[in-house]
Amino acid sequence: MWTLERNEDTEQQIIRETFHLVSKRDENVCNFLEGGMLIGGSENRLIYRHYATLYFVFCVDSSESELGILDLIQVFVETLDKCFENVCELDLIFHVDKVHNILAEMVMGGMVLETNMNEIIIQVDAQNKMEKSEAGIAGAPARAVSAVKNMNLPEMPRNINIGDISIKVPNLPSFK
Amino acid sequence: PVPSLHQSHLLRELIRTIRTARTQAEEREMIQKECAAIRSSFREEDNTYRCRNVAKLLYMHMLGYPAHFGQLECLKLIASQKFTDKRIGYLGAMLLLDERQDVHLLMTNCIKNDLNHSTQYVQGLALCTLGCMGSSEMCRDLAGEVEKLLKTSNSYLRKKAALCAVHVIRKVPELMEMFLPATKNLLSEKNHGVLHTSVVLLTEMCERSPDMLLHFRKLVPQLVRILKNLIMSGYSPEHDVSGISDPFLQVRILRLLRILGRSDDDSSEAMNDILAQVATNTETSKNVGNAILYETVLTIMDIKSESGLRVLAINILGRFLLNNDKNIRYVALTSLLKTVQTDHNAVQRHRSTIVDCLKDLDVSIKRRAMELSFALVNGNNIRGMMKELLYFLDSCDPEFKADCASGVFLAAEKYAPSKRWHIDTIMRVLTTAGSYVRDDSVPNLIQLITNSVEMHAYTVQRLYKALLDDISQQPLVQVSSWCIGEYGDLLVSGQCEEEEPIQVTEDEVLDVLEGLLVSNLSTPVTRGYSLTAIMKLSTRFSSVNRIKKVVSIYGSICLQMYSHSLQALFCRNDSTVVLSKSSLFYRFNLHVLYYLVSLLFQANDLLDLLGGNDVVPVIQTTLPTKPASAGGELLDLLGDLSLSSRTSLSLSPFLSLTHSFTFFLSTVITIHATNTTEADMTEFVFQAAVPKTFQLQLLSPSSNMVPALNQGSVTQVIRVLNPQKQQLRMRVKLTYTHKGSPVQDLAEVNNFPPQSWQ
Repeated sequence: MWTLERNEDTEQQIIRETFHLVSKRDENVCNFLEGGMLIGGSENRLIYRHYATLYFVFCVDSSESELGILDLIQVFVETLDKCFENVCELDLIFHVDKVHNILAEMVMGGMVLETNMNEIIIQVDAQNKMEKSEAGIAGAPARAVSAVKNMNLPEMPRNINIGDISIKVPNLPSFK
Repeated sequence: PVPSLHQSHLLRELIRTIRTARTQAEEREMIQKECAAIRSSFREEDNTYRCRNVAKLLYMHMLGYPAHFGQLECLKLIASQKFTDKRIGYLGAMLLLDERQDVHLLMTNCIKNDLNHSTQYVQGLALCTLGCMGSSEMCRDLAGEVEKLLKTSNSYLRKKAALCAVHVIRKVPELMEMFLPATKNLLSEKNHGVLHTSVVLLTEMCERSPDMLLHFRKLVPQLVRILKNLIMSGYSPEHDVSGISDPFLQVRILRLLRILGRSDDDSSEAMNDILAQVATNTETSKNVGNAILYETVLTIMDIKSESGLRVLAINILGRFLLNNDKNIRYVALTSLLKTVQTDHNAVQRHRSTIVDCLKDLDVSIKRRAMELSFALVNGNNIRGMMKELLYFLDSCDPEFKADCASGVFLAAEKYAPSKRWHIDTIMRVLTTAGSYVRDDSVPNLIQLITNSVEMHAYTVQRLYKALLDDISQQPLVQVSSWCIGEYGDLLVSGQCEEEEPIQVTEDEVLDVLEGLLVSNLSTPVTRGYSLTAIMKLSTRFSSVNRIKKVVSIYGSICLQMYSHSLQALFCRNDSTVVLSKSSLFYRFNLHVLYYLVSLLFQANDLLDLLGGNDVVPVIQTTLPTKPASAGGELLDLLGDLSLSSRTSLSLSPFLSLTHSFTFFLSTVITIHATNTTEADMTEFVFQAAVPKTFQLQLLSPSSNMVPALNQGSVTQVIRVLNPQKQQLRMRVKLTYTHKGSPVQDLAEVNNFPPQSWQ
């Protein structure tokens, strides 16, 4: 989570430079990097772990144990693995929101919230179930509307109200 | 053509599409199109797709594109009844909003409602968001709700409330008191998540308030008990991480104990046993064990532990240094660096391991090993340590050399066992890392050498020999020049006692110094040093004519550059600064300026004016005024010198140009005349004329006889002023007597190299 001044350009710059710093690291050096002014001072460090083609980089201050963060990254990756079933790069790319949800159960406000993998998974699963059940009840009309909107029809009624469940079915010749 | 994107498309469809973009421009186009679609969807107040559109917007924001127009939509999602909406809405708020946007305050009411929601996950979302980006006003408004949740029996909410409370306290420190009652039984929780965040909360409170610290000291026994249970409880599948029971919690507790035990004897004593237990019983084969051990060591070193425990801790660090894992070596060195002042002797025992780390491949480890090594140097180990450090200096990366050199100088100054050793060490640094030595080292070294009176002869000899080998390292050259200027008489008289004295003549010495003046490798500052040295030698050497010539060539030109420094010095009211012994710069700059000023007015009587070092010149200068320099770089004399030396360029059958250099508008050209005929050319006179835009000055030629058959040459130095930077042309008239008859030769010389007039 960004606790520095929220600014897209700064954020992107930090991301770019972090990538640059970390990607040129040798395999046999330690996993700690001093990022200096880039990440708000010499008290802060970049701690990373390298898994296959991915780098997981955590930026921490002096209140975190460096060795402990290495273990935390491991917990995070194992959790991702369980949640996505043999997680791979594409999972993380296409389900960014899910990654956020998982991370939100581990780190909150820049502080470590939960380190027990099973606990995290239970909570993430429960919330996903809630989402699914909501989609289940109200999903059908939304999907129907979506189908209608994508058909090439000469006229499209403009006011289909999803707010209440009752839909005004359009009077269209080809719609059965 | 860009594939069409529709507001109803799912996030993953957007991602897929964007990934097909082959160029940055293509991606931008897609994003813009998508944003336009999303914007119109937002305008239509379309509830159906708001959720996924915001999700898409957050993705694009992650890629770096602006997403501010989605801020209000996040709020609408938060206000929705659906969990799905709220989830994305709150995530959006955390990613897009902060205190600077007024919009964030509108969330306060929603969060308040959601903190009291019937579903714990909604409450969790609200706590999370508040704890992440809540402003001071929001925290003030909602602190009561958070406090309530801190007392709930729902462990999921309790742990989140604890971290949220930390954020509230950070934003509004005055509210810390209100959380105090709720902390009463936080530590009796069974749930580790709650325990963990509770310890974080307690840590925050103790760090912020000495009163709180005092108050929570009574928790030490309870914390010790919890830690003990974790260690002794045996295998607990629920909390096991690589064979250790909840290492994260152990580390947190150890950190809190550290804060509580600091500067308090009783608390420190109460935790003594458990610390010893953890230190000796923790399994170290995995990182989790080492993390705990490391934290334990830090705690032992920080509290008022008994000496036996401290030694144990440092020995653990010593063992860490031998660990294969680089991370462990890194943290060990970092901690040793912190404790080396307070537990110097204990750390000394690991000196050899630390010195070995100088050879590590990892840059961070090397740096810490270097800093630690310097911290460990003392009178007893100086010789051995210096050997290692000098070896390190030889082979280390450039980024270390400056710091290492400075460190060596400092250590040598403090602990040198003998003056000779000291000089040798300095020599070693200057010759191996001479280009990396800091500029401010030079005057310090000069001062040091000055004070080592009995070593003057030895020093100047060694420095002279070093110059013969290599003139590229400027600090070395500067120190050497200064020494030669000061002690050149000792050099030529061969008075060295420490080693075999070398045989060197005055001319050889002057050759070397002049070589520095013309070399491309010399910086302006270095040239200043060598010129000064040459001038000083006029009082020590007998070959004054040669010195006069050199000084007259270079000196009056330097004067132009010196003028602003001159002004600065002569205009100083504080003449004591100028003459005081401690400011070396001022002292020998005064020398230089004195010589130069006298040059300007009485070029031929240089000798007469030399002598009295105590004379303060009182001369009204009519030199062009320039703003006084900041006073710092008085040696920044020959600022614009750009020398280019060329080996002989033939100008005509018997004239060749050996040297030419230009500074500002002046060019100094050295011409040699040689004679290939079988008879000598006597009464040889060289005359020259230049076009109107130039000014010419012919200095005295070396002689008026050019020996036959190339057995010698006449050197003629010419100074040309070329304000308009035109191409140099010269008409040369040579008159001489050859085989008894007078000869006159006229020649046009147009092939001066461009460097001589550009």
